[in-house]
Amino acid sequence: MGSSGKGESQEVVRFENVGMRYGTGPEVLRDISLDLPAGSFHFLTGPSGAGKTTLLRLIYLADRPTRGLISLFGEDVSRLKRRNLADLRRRIGVVFQDFRLLGHLSAFDNVALPLRVAGVAEARVKKNVTELLDWVGLADKLNARPVTLSGGQQQRVAIARAVIARPQLLLADEPTGNVDDTMALRLLRLFEELNRFGTTLILATHNEALATQRRYRRLHLVNGELTSETVRRA
Amino acid sequence: MIGRRTGNDIPLRRDGSVRLLPWLIAPMVYLAALALAGMLALHGVLAGWDRGLAGTMTVELPAARDAAGGDAAVAKILALLRTTPGVTSATPLDRAAEGKLLEPWLGTAVTPDELQLPRLIDLRIASGTRLDLGALRARLAATLPGTVLDDHRRWLDRLYGLALSVEATGLAVVAMVGLAAVLTVVFTTRAGLAVHHDVIELLHLMGARDLYIARQFEREAMRLGFSGGIAGLALAALTLWGLGHAAAATGVLGEEAKLLPDLSLVIWQWAALALLPVAAGVAAMLTARLTVMRALARMP
Repeated sequence: MGSSGKGESQEVVRFENVGMRYGTGPEVLRDISLDLPAGSFHFLTGPSGAGKTTLLRLIYLADRPTRGLISLFGEDVSRLKRRNLADLRRRIGVVFQDFRLLGHLSAFDNVALPLRVAGVAEARVKKNVTELLDWVGLADKLNARPVTLSGGQQQRVAIARAVIARPQLLLADEPTGNVDDTMALRLLRLFEELNRFGTTLILATHNEALATQRRYRRLHLVNGELTSETVRRA
Repeated sequence: MIGRRTGNDIPLRRDGSVRLLPWLIAPMVYLAALALAGMLALHGVLAGWDRGLAGTMTVELPAARDAAGGDAAVAKILALLRTTPGVTSATPLDRAAEGKLLEPWLGTAVTPDELQLPRLIDLRIASGTRLDLGALRARLAATLPGTVLDDHRRWLDRLYGLALSVEATGLAVVAMVGLAAVLTVVFTTRAGLAVHHDVIELLHLMGARDLYIARQFEREAMRLGFSGGIAGLALAALTLWGLGHAAAATGVLGEEAKLLPDLSLVIWQWAALALLPVAAGVAAMLTARLTVMRALARMP
């Protein structure tokens, strides 16, 4: 397998027989069991409606499962206090499929959000955000509002926001969907760089070429069930 | 400029429902200020009456058949009163003064003596003295049957009762206005939470603590509550000034016809009214915080 193989002594994400349904509807995820070791890199693939976004929402604690057990960083999330859940969320970065940039804030302020939420000093915020936006090729768009940016530029801002606080777990929902191949490769390299420094990555994508280009572990969802390469370590 | 924040994380200032808050708070503070001003003025008037009547009593002698008999009776009672411990002065009301009081109704054709009116003695008691009124009344009756000692207590007690009712009504008005203001902030905050749900969820997912999000609402609620309060207070001050001015213009509060006591406010009472916008701001802030914290507690 093509995982980075670094620091896999502890599961960052652990699902045990997790099921999820919205309201009284059918289960959108069924009996999901998986272990994602620290420092691993996974592609999350599957057709539209297979449950990829729901799975990611459970991992970044936007939803609670209907059944089953979820542990993050070795902690059973159902037992954690609210205050500790906030701490846990700060260790997770998310690139949303629809970016979810705040339209009234500049690109700089959007990227600065996770640092400000964590109470980082403004001097450090300024330095880190400026550097990262420069790295993703948006040095001249610091004060631009999202509405004035192209889809690709917005996506890069969203990615910069997800990684600015150096999360231990990064979830990306179609992060290369709106960029050209060159930029897609460049962003993938950014993710690999983060992974090399220990960040666990789950990258949901439709891009088969991207998923096959790199031989990372793959979580493949079909109709809410994991079907391949999701070996649960016994 | 790089790094300069372009705004709050939650764009509350663009939210129409939140912008409406000062317009709702202003009339509430206006009503509360008027109610409070009325209570404070009444309190001042009562204190003035109490001070004015403290240590004063009136002795009323039964009407005599003629002036000489009346003068003799007054002299007898005066002798008794002036030897009573605690009494600093006992002054009979001048007959000419009595005649002047009756003049508007009876004219100058008749005198008090002709009408056989009771004679009155103004009594002053040393401050801090607790006079045995029962004993004094008994001695007065023994000296001259029919003599009455009036310590004004019954009249003052009735006034106090009336004033207390008015004050209680004023307090109820202030409390109801306060409750209405709190509910307004609750609904406005809930509207803000609904409008900005996506932003709030995003901050929540980034690990923002509930207080971080609540502070953005409470800062805005305090600013809007305070500005609405200032507007309401300014309007109330204008109204009070106008009322005082109108009353003075009719001479009701003027020196020449003091039928009503002075209802104007003193400095500390104005200072108390000036606290209303601060109270409105703080109440709005705390209400917004509690509302947001309760709503966030329901998030996963």
